[in-house]
Amino acid sequence: MSSLIHQARASYAFFERNWNLTKRYWAWEIVWLVYNVANALSITFLGASAQNWGGKGVDTNRLILFLLIGTSVWSYLSVTFEGVTDLITIERWEGTIEHTFMAPISRFTHLVGSCWYAIAHGLLFTFLQLLIVGSFFHLDLARANYLTAIFMLLVGSVSFIGFGIAASVLPLLFTERGSQMSYIIRALLLLVSGVYYDISVMPAWMQPLAKVSPATYVLTGLRSGILDGTPIWSPIVWNSTWPLIIIGVISVPVGIYIFSLAERYAKRTGKLKRNG
Amino acid sequence: MATLDLEMNSLLKDITIDPANDAVVIDGVSKIFKKSRPLLSRWHKEAVEAKQKREVRAVDNVNLTVKRREIVGILGANGSGKSTLIRMLSTLLIPDEGTVRIFGYDVIKDEAVVQKLINRVSVEASFFKKLSPMENLLYAARLYNMSGAEARKNIREILTRLGIKPDRIDAPLEDMSRGMQQKVAIARAFLTSPILLLLDEPTTGLDPRSKIDVQTFVNELRDVHDATILITTHDMDEAEALCDRVAIIDKGRIVAMGETQALKRVVADIRGQVEPVSMNEVFMHYTAAHLITEEQVKRYGSWEKAFEALEAQREEEE
Repeated sequence: MSSLIHQARASYAFFERNWNLTKRYWAWEIVWLVYNVANALSITFLGASAQNWGGKGVDTNRLILFLLIGTSVWSYLSVTFEGVTDLITIERWEGTIEHTFMAPISRFTHLVGSCWYAIAHGLLFTFLQLLIVGSFFHLDLARANYLTAIFMLLVGSVSFIGFGIAASVLPLLFTERGSQMSYIIRALLLLVSGVYYDISVMPAWMQPLAKVSPATYVLTGLRSGILDGTPIWSPIVWNSTWPLIIIGVISVPVGIYIFSLAERYAKRTGKLKRNG
Repeated sequence: MATLDLEMNSLLKDITIDPANDAVVIDGVSKIFKKSRPLLSRWHKEAVEAKQKREVRAVDNVNLTVKRREIVGILGANGSGKSTLIRMLSTLLIPDEGTVRIFGYDVIKDEAVVQKLINRVSVEASFFKKLSPMENLLYAARLYNMSGAEARKNIREILTRLGIKPDRIDAPLEDMSRGMQQKVAIARAFLTSPILLLLDEPTTGLDPRSKIDVQTFVNELRDVHDATILITTHDMDEAEALCDRVAIIDKGRIVAMGETQALKRVVADIRGQVEPVSMNEVFMHYTAAHLITEEQVKRYGSWEKAFEALEAQREEEE
């Protein structure tokens, strides 16, 4: 029991620390939000201009919503991923990494403790972005099922964390450019998950890759909830939920295992010491 | 089996420590770092000589035992292997050869237990600089199983004792001097009441008054809280004032070990002097005396200056 209390306190330590850092770096949060809103708007305006390109039969409202959901999920994935990989990057930059790694806590507590702040931060950030971008368009959201949307984001978060933990070994092993190297994982998820287009438009050989990306299922379930008002218990949402559960159950322990291998390697070669 | 009084630290409740065990037993420990090869040359098989050239033996077959409640100093020049040794004790580096045991627990196999027994102050005050001392220390305290209320009370108490003004406790650390930041780092280690405290050049950059504050606190930690302390330092006065014994390390090897007074007598005898020599002279005798020629002493004006020049040259080569 006392061990559980200790791990819970340690887990909260990461949440509290990250919240304190967010407060102190508030200007960066604003810059990041403006950047994401500008990106999201530039993509959703593509949907708004579809009719001007001769797409007379296009349901503009649906297309804008389709793209808006894509940008929001992409933003959520980016913010969450950034939060997870930052657990190493920031500590390297500040020079606190050795202090954290010699603390008497399990690596599971360390990694998951850092991740639950990333999820809360990502959800709040995405909600704000959605509100701002949505205000630029007169969107018909009468059929939207928001419960399904939140459910899909939360279930998908577990898998995002697993992928994020695995990606955070890059800044652990590559002290100078490891953080930037983790962008490759995000870029590949963006490419194969149907963030801005249907998976069916990709070449046949690429389509199976979409099946292992959690973002594919989050997007499918979310679009179904927002565009068609599908409830959580419907077969369409369930077909997106169970693969997410499986990917989550596999990716988190695999991510932690990969991290533990990288940690051991870093401790053998002295890579924990060097500040990037 | 009798056990130590470990009530001070809630982390230690479930750990059994045999008082007969020494606090630290370092047995034949070596650590070798390899400089990386250029990517393209990795395709070719490397000659044995070239491979050896890429290897740096940072710690070389070190044996050292520290008894419970002892304060032991490790003295060495820059790059001599002091910090590497401390990192291996701190579970941050895995030794390539030999074993390290802390109160009978192996630093590799029993890593989780060892982490509950130790804390470390490094030469750089490593903090989230935008956060205040309170926020940084609260984070550390929670990692070491302290409740928020208990931690806040202890943090104010320790920081005040170390001379940090109350209005600085909640201000960002980046506005503090390096000396003040180092005091906060020392407070962070004291806060968790470790039974083995590893101090890696803790007073580098501190003013004389602050150094005395820290030394008083270190002594108190041993006397009141039953802690064992291993300290690395360049400051020979500090080593004399604090340490029961010192070990002098050069090029990764321990070249001398013993009480400071005994070492002074030994070096005086070697030099054929009647008066005991200073600790500075002992340090130089074991670390660089064999490399400094009379000609260099003449050229640089003094023994100390010749030693500094040698150190600078060594660092450049590394």
